[in-house]
Parts: sequence; structure tokens; C-alpha cells
Amino acid sequence: MAHLAPLILTFPLLGFLLVLVNGRSLSDRATGTIATSVVGLSFVVSVIAFVLLLHDKSREVTVNLFTWISVDTLHVPAALLVDPLSITMCLFVTGISTLIHLYSTAYMAGEKDFRKFFLYLNLFVFSMLTLVLANNLVLTFVGWEGVGACSYWLVSFYFDRDSAASAGKKAFIYNRVGDVGLLLAMFLLFEHTHTLTYLSIFSSTSALSPTVATLVVLALLLGATGKSAQIPLFNWLPDAMEGPTPVSALIHAATMVTAGVFLLVRMSPVLALSSSGRMTIAVIGGVTAFVAATIATAQKDIKKVLAFSTVSQIGYMVLAVGVGAYGAAIFLMVSHAFFKALLFLGSGSVIHSLGGEQDMRKMGGLAKWLPLTFPTFLIGWLTISGVPPFAGFWAKGDVLTNVFAHNKLLWALGVVTAILTAYYMSRLFVLTFRGGERFREVTHDHDPHESPLVMTAPLLILAVLSVLGGLLDLPWAHGFSLSHFLSPTFGYVAPSAAQSTGLQTGLALVDVAAALIGLFAAFTIWRNTVESPTFEKPFFEHVWRWDDAYDATLGRPLTALAHVTSDVVETRVIDGAVEGIGASVRRSGEGIRKLQAGLVRQYALAMVLGVTVIVVYLVGRVR
Amino acid sequence: MFATAYAIPDVLVFAAAALFILMGAIGVISMKNPVHSALSLILALLGVALAFLAQSADFLAAVEVIVYAGAIVVLFLFVIMFLGVDSSRHPHVEPLVGQRWLAAVGVLVTVAGVITLMVNSHWVSGVLSASTGGTPLATGYQNVTQLGDSVFTTYLLAFEATAGLLIIAVVGAVLLARRERPAEDDVEVEVEATRFDEPVAENDETTEEVEQ
Amino acid sequence: MTTIPASWYLVLAAVLFGIGAFGVLTRRSALIMFMCIELMLNAVNLTFVTFARTMSDIGGQTTVFFIMVVAAAEVTVGLGIVVAVFRRRSSTSVDELTELQG
Repeated sequence: MAHLAPLILTFPLLGFLLVLVNGRSLSDRATGTIATSVVGLSFVVSVIAFVLLLHDKSREVTVNLFTWISVDTLHVPAALLVDPLSITMCLFVTGISTLIHLYSTAYMAGEKDFRKFFLYLNLFVFSMLTLVLANNLVLTFVGWEGVGACSYWLVSFYFDRDSAASAGKKAFIYNRVGDVGLLLAMFLLFEHTHTLTYLSIFSSTSALSPTVATLVVLALLLGATGKSAQIPLFNWLPDAMEGPTPVSALIHAATMVTAGVFLLVRMSPVLALSSSGRMTIAVIGGVTAFVAATIATAQKDIKKVLAFSTVSQIGYMVLAVGVGAYGAAIFLMVSHAFFKALLFLGSGSVIHSLGGEQDMRKMGGLAKWLPLTFPTFLIGWLTISGVPPFAGFWAKGDVLTNVFAHNKLLWALGVVTAILTAYYMSRLFVLTFRGGERFREVTHDHDPHESPLVMTAPLLILAVLSVLGGLLDLPWAHGFSLSHFLSPTFGYVAPSAAQSTGLQTGLALVDVAAALIGLFAAFTIWRNTVESPTFEKPFFEHVWRWDDAYDATLGRPLTALAHVTSDVVETRVIDGAVEGIGASVRRSGEGIRKLQAGLVRQYALAMVLGVTVIVVYLVGRVR
Repeated sequence: MFATAYAIPDVLVFAAAALFILMGAIGVISMKNPVHSALSLILALLGVALAFLAQSADFLAAVEVIVYAGAIVVLFLFVIMFLGVDSSRHPHVEPLVGQRWLAAVGVLVTVAGVITLMVNSHWVSGVLSASTGGTPLATGYQNVTQLGDSVFTTYLLAFEATAGLLIIAVVGAVLLARRERPAEDDVEVEVEATRFDEPVAENDETTEEVEQ
Repeated sequence: MTTIPASWYLVLAAVLFGIGAFGVLTRRSALIMFMCIELMLNAVNLTFVTFARTMSDIGGQTTVFFIMVVAAAEVTVGLGIVVAVFRRRSSTSVDELTELQG
């Protein structure tokens, strides 16, 4: 057990180093094989570690690797914490990563920077695993920054495109803002508990006053909003879709963006100390879920819809964390990883078949041409829409049931969001696969082709997982559920589980109704329509003018300040000072060099006149 | 006025020395022809030698005449002749603006200032052997003895150092005045020849000086 | 031993020095400048000898002896330089030697 956990980390790092060191001597095929198999091995090890953990009594194993930082009272070991939470994260991160690596070997085939892509992807998996396995905040932060860096590199993978380059920068800067939050939380915690190791923090939570606890929670929330694309730092994620589609699936849907939720869940014993902090989290999550869902209804780019859908779904997770339903949050995170990866990879397959087209208005009628992508996408669509018995229904139901017990208003918001979710996903589905074939212009009258098996196989596996994902945490199977498995790691569990079966059934029916309303509405509106100004509000399409607001309040004043600095301070003050000194030295030099005429007699005259001055002075003194 | 205070022959000797010196010096700086300047220099040096003689520096007076008026001025004339008499230029046209005027003012003020200092300070009281009560310096043969004692005892180290200085001066002069040989000569031979053969021409004067 | 006071000779030396200095400042021929430097050196020598007499100290005369040696060396090297320069420039005017101007 103890020696297995480091192996989970080692394999992706090994793959990264192998590809890095061997460089161009490896063929693309070999690179893809190495990168995929190391992640696959990591998954196998995770499974073994999981099984071993199930039979381990303590279910909380710390694996010390080495002493990393030891200064005065600050002791940061490089150590791994293997517990139900981290192993669950490992399982789905490595599992989904394996599938997406496999998918990428075909999707990215022929790319100029094929090798670089897998280099980053392996490094990303390593960083993500470091993030979830770390036993202290500092090591988590290393992984946190590692995934951020990989995300930046992969978003701006096509860096010769301006939009990709600036999207990468946007993602990077938004994440920096969030990182400040995480750092502040670390500082506060160290100030009051003198440790940064999770288990030590949890055992000394009594040292945190309510105020400090709230501050820590809010700082953690800021960190989570950055990484997990929540209000107010959510709008980098849609732009991040500039990266290759497998990256969108892996990093910007399934794994990295859930890191914020993971962090909040990991710090649940601290969250338990601040009810106002938790309330803030719940509100942020609920509002984000709703806002992102409204935006998703008006997007025309298939990946943008999925991106806002991701933001919305993570909003659900954050909402669940806020009401203390950590098990539900992780449950939704895992199922979301399944079906959102499925949807992204399916959309990638669609985009692939149309030679790179992402505009849904130029799709339509693809069901006939994509015999494998279509049914798998269908499953993904039904899952996210919350139609039983797919995983999405159970996971979302779990979240909403917990929210209902906690706050009726947020529950209502969640239900509305559920309707919107079903609606925008159905719109996407209808526009893509149903209706007339509007893609002829794009494909130049060629028939779209189904993707190779390497790409469709992951779709099939993910589709199966999406169907069966609900089994992880069925509401009536309390003894053997994911929540039960995870519960030892939570510091605080919502007092909601004790709801009557009748109420639970009623809530489930509401969910089903919401899903069906959304489906029905979308089919009614979009069956024969491609564009509808009534239902595609510019306000929603333009992300609630969020970017404009940032631009007006922060962007333009700061740009103006920068212009002032560069035009006035830089040129006048700094350059002026430097050049002024230079010019004055040169001018005085020009003057003085005339004295050095090279005429010996002038020099001699100067000497004589100097002697004259001295003599005159002496005469004056004597007199 | 002088007669009442000073012995008339002494005054005459001083006047002659001063006359020689001033005439010679003014001749040096005013003659167009450098040969004339050199000859004027001899006159001034003879005046200095006379002043030396009058002040019990018999040996130095002799050296002044032999080395200065003899060897050095001959060397000057030798170089003048060697380079050709260069009187075509206009010594009275001053290219540097204000040079002559400033030089005159500076020199006059300095000399006047120094004289003023002498008059107004205790440097010179105008009385013989003012400060030390020591025996007056000897003249004639005794002077040479005294000077020799001083040079070879008190100032022995400085005397030895002058030997080194003269050697360096000779080597330097040879190297400077050496004519570049045509390129076809072997370089090594040239260096050898320069070292051992050349110091003949200008060495006459310097050897004499060393012997002094 | 003369009865003339030292100040007479000192004034004479000062005037000689002044004439020499004026010559150095105003004459352009390097040869004449050297002669003027010799005049200035002799003015100093005269001063030394005068003080040696006044102070009854033979050290003054010894110094003059050394000055003469140094002057001889200086003239030797100096005239060597003049010859070398003349070979290159066919002129002894110091005003034309301005390569080291700023």
C-alpha cells in the first residue's frame, strides 16, 4: 500500500521525462504509445491501491517521501496522503486521462507539435495527481500551479493564432487571481495553526476563531473560483476552448477545473467552522450554475456551449459543497467527468468529421453519418439532461435533495438551472445531429466520416460509464455508496440524509419533470430553426456582458495607467533622466575636450598660470 | 651707492655675469636662426659660470663651461645642422590666440611675486651667511675636495643612481635616433647591429659627461 | 668670496627663469624650447649655488652637480626624440604634434 502511492505519480512523470529526453528520435506513434501507456499504468496502480485501501483498517495512510522544507516552525514534507478522497480522485483522473490520451493519439495525428502535446498532457496528469495526493497545502499548491501551467500551455497550444495566445493569457491571469486566494488561505492557516499538513490542520481547528475560519474559507473559495471557473472568475473557461478538444475534455471539463471543488472538499473540516462561509460558497455555486446555464442557451459554438455547461455543472458541485453535501459534490464530479468527457470527445469527433468546424449552425443531420458518435453522444446528452436512469440524474438529484434540505431558494434556482441544462443540451443535440444537413458548404460536398476506432472506443467506454455511473451512489444503498466510502474524510456532513422516502421520490419527480420540460422546449423551438433572436438573447450570448464589465472597470483604467506610465513616466522621467545624464556628460565633454587640444605650449601655459595663481596667493598671505 | 656698501670688483663681476646672462637669455628666445640661439645660449651659460665662480663654486663653474657650453651646446648645434637650419618659419607670428600675451603676464607676475616674497620674508636678509654660523665654503682646490667628499659620502647612492640614469639615457637616445633599416635586412641581424654597433656616433658627448 | 648679497643673485636667477619660461611658452621650435629649458635649469642652479654660499653648505653645490647630470641625460634623450619626430614630419614645430588632442 504505502509503496504503491508514489508509483501513481511516478508513471506520468516517467512518461514526461522519456518523451522529453528522447525528443525527436521518437516517432509520433511511439510518443503516443508511451504517453498513453504510462497513464494507463498509473490507472492500474490506482485501482490496486484502491482495492488495498478498501481492506485497510485505517483508510488514512501518509506516505513520506522526503523532507522538503524545514525552516524554524515550518515543516513541509513531500508526503502523500492516501485516503478515500484522494484515491477516488486518482481513479477517475487516471481513468479518464487514459481514455483521452488514447483518443488524442488519433485526434492529434499529423499535428506539427504532436510530441509537445503529449509532453504537456503527461506533465498535466502528474501535476493533477500531485494536487490530489499531496498531504499538505504546499505540495497541493505545487500541483495546483503545475496544472495551471499545463493548462496555459495547452490552451495556447496553437500559439500562432492570436485568439489562442490571448485565451492562454486570460486563463493564466484569472488563475493567478485565484492563486492569491489559495496563498492567503495558506498564510492564514499557518499563522494560526503553525502547520500546513492537512491532518494537522484538521486536528488543530480549535485554534481558528470564527472570523479567521471565515476568512480562510473565503480565501479558499477565491482560489476555487479561479481554478474551477466560478463567479467572479469564470469567464476564462469558455476562452480556454481555443485549445485542442481533448484538452478541453480532460483539463477544462473532467479534471483540472474540479480541483477547486476538490480543495474545498479536502478542507471540509475548516469549512465546518464557518456557516457564513459555507453559505457564500453555496450562493456562488448556485448563481454560477444558473448564470452559466443561461449563457449556454445562446452560444453558437458547440464547444462554447459545453464550456458554459461545465461552468454550470461545477456550480452545482460548489453548491453541494456549500450545503455540506461533500459526497454529492464528489459524486457529481465523478459522473460529470464521465459524461462531460464523453460530450467533449463526441463533439471533438463531430468537429473532426467536419474538418474543424465548430459552429452548430453549419452542422445538422449528422446522426446518419456518425454511427458510433451519435449513439454515444445521445447517451451523454440524456445523462447531463438528468434523464433517469443515467448517472446525471442520480448525481444531480443527490445534490438537489441536499440543497432542498438546506435552502429552498437555492433549490429552486437549481431546478431552474436543471431545466435550462436540459434545454441547452437538447438544443445542441438537435442542431448537431437532427434537422437538415447544413454542413455541405463546410465539407465541400464530401460526406462526413466517422472517426477511427481509437477515438470511438473511449466514447463507448465513457458512454457505458455514464449509463452505469449512477450505481456509485444510489440513494437507497447507504452502506456501499461512494458517500459512505468518502465520509471519513469529511469534517462535517449535512444533516439532511434523514429525509422521508416520499419526499425524496417527490424531489426526484421534480427533477425528471425539469429535464422533460427542457427537452420538450428545446425540441419544439429548435426542430426547424437554426437561428432565433428570441431565444438567443445577445445579453446571454455575450456572457452577461461580464468581459465588458471587467474591461470597463479594470481593463481600461489599468491600460490607461499603463499608457501613462509608458508614455510619460517611461519616456519623460526615466528615459529623460538617463538620457539627460548622458547628454550633459557628453556636452560637458564636448566643452572640456577643447582644452585637450594637443598643443604642448598651451599645457605649459596652463602650468605657468597655475604657478602664478599660487604665487599670487602666497604673496597675499605674506602681506 | 654700491661703492659704499660693497667691494667694487664684486659689483663689477656681478654686473658682467648679469649682463652675459640677460643678453644671452634674451638672445636665445628672440633669435630667428636656431644657430644664433645656440650661440646666445653659450653666452648665457658663460654668465652663469661667472656667477658660480663668484660664489665659490669653482668646480661647478668649470663643469658649466665644459659640459654645458661645450658638450650640450655642441650637441644642440649638431642636431641643428643635422636637421638643417629651420629658419623659414615665422617665429613672430603666434598661431595660438592670446598665448604670448598670457605668457608674458603669467611670467611677469610670477617673477614679480617671487621677488616680492624674497623681499618680504626671512629667506634672504641681504646679509652674508645669514642663517648658519658654519665656515664659509672654500674656493679653488678645496672646493673640489669638499664637493667630492659630499658626493662620494653623503650622496653616494644618488651618484650611483645617476650612472644608471645616464646609461638609460644613452640607450634611449640610440633607440630614438636610429634610422629604420630597409626591409630586406634580416631582422635579427638588425637587432644585433643596433645593440653593439650604433652607439658610436652620439656616444662621444655622453661618455665625456659620464667622465665628469 | 664675493660681498654681493644673495638677493641680487636670486633676483637675477628669477629673471633668468622668467625669460626661459617665456621662451618655452612662445617659441614653437622644439630645439629652441629645449634651450629655454636649459636656461630655466641654469636659473635654478644659480639659486642653489647662491644658497649654498649663504648657508655655507656644500649640499647645494652637490645638488647642482646632479642637476647637470640629469640635464645632460634629458638633452640627450630630448634631442633624440626631436630627431625621430623630424624624420617622420620634417618639422620641429611642437604645434604640429597634436595627435593626443581630445
